Amino acid sequence: MSDLSGGYILLCTAVMALVTYLTRMLPLVLCRGRIKNRFVRSFLNYVPYAVLSAMTFPAVFSSTGSVLSATAGLACALAMAYFGRSLLAVALSSAATVYLVELLQGLFH
Amino acid sequence: MERPSRTARAKRSGRGDSLFFKGLQDGFPICVGYLSVSFVFGMLCLESGLGIGYGLLISATNLTSAGQFAGLELILAGAPLLEIAITTLVINIRYTLMSLSLSQKVRLNGWQRAIISFGNTDEVFAVAMQAENPLSFSYMLGLIATPYLGWTVGTLLGGTVTSLLPLSLRSALGIAIYGMFIAILVPPAKKLRPVLVTCVLALALSCAFSYAPWLRELSSGWTIILCALLAAGFAAWRYPVPVEEAMDNEGKGGEKT
Repeated sequence: MSDLSGGYILLCTAVMALVTYLTRMLPLVLCRGRIKNRFVRSFLNYVPYAVLSAMTFPAVFSSTGSVLSATAGLACALAMAYFGRSLLAVALSSAATVYLVELLQGLFH
Repeated sequence: MERPSRTARAKRSGRGDSLFFKGLQDGFPICVGYLSVSFVFGMLCLESGLGIGYGLLISATNLTSAGQFAGLELILAGAPLLEIAITTLVINIRYTLMSLSLSQKVRLNGWQRAIISFGNTDEVFAVAMQAENPLSFSYMLGLIATPYLGWTVGTLLGGTVTSLLPLSLRSALGIAIYGMFIAILVPPAKKLRPVLVTCVLALALSCAFSYAPWLRELSSGWTIILCALLAAGFAAWRYPVPVEEAMDNEGKGGEKT
């Protein structure tokens, strides 16, 4: 066990939880009405795509054991998604691809 | 228009339960992805000597990936509370944007908003915004419940039965969340040019912020915010959405029945 006191850890946990909750809660509770401004509505309409895209790239390339396996998994996900497969199918097939590629890579070490 | 009307009917006849189960179902892929990520978190808690009890408590109260990993590191270093608060804020400031976007799509009262906002993670937000009709309280509760379970159970497993899951499998599951993001992005990007432009622009900016000198000094929290502001801002300026269509079929589909 570390020499950190339990009280300190609990306090840190509470601070982290509170800050995280506030970032999520305040806009949702304070912004109750329908935003009328056309630019803002359009902007909020595109936010999910921009956020997801920015979070996926380039982070996806370092999400597995090697860049090669991540690239293979990404290619698989792109293809599966292009043909309209479900979220679960895309996620699991890309994980399976990564697993196979890393298995193969292990053979050539 | 079929789906919103069915939703409205379900709500009126008190069949919120079916919406809850629909949410549980839609949350399932998130749950799978979370298992692997939180598994690593649980493992770190155990290996670093923090103890799995605290790890589980952090997961159960925070429900956020990057913020928890950074927080754990700071706690282990014995950092001052203010530093922990600021780091958490910087990493999680993106939720503000997501919650604002979500606020235009839910039809809930204040208390319901306060409750579901706890579970507005990146992935829950992504799936919620895919729904065509205004989001109900029951649906959101279901959509949050499965990922919450995955996140906490994964943490617990990571801190207790680490050896059960070989490294190769854990490495492979690391991509699951991103696979899900791809599955959410590609179909609309294929159909709608503005969405494709938004995605490509955000991708390019995000890569620039990760690799370019000077820019890469910025923390990941600010990077995501900046990419989103710039890419979505450009798309909104270049491809404004017709006012009545913006966001969803909200109002139109829901109230017609």
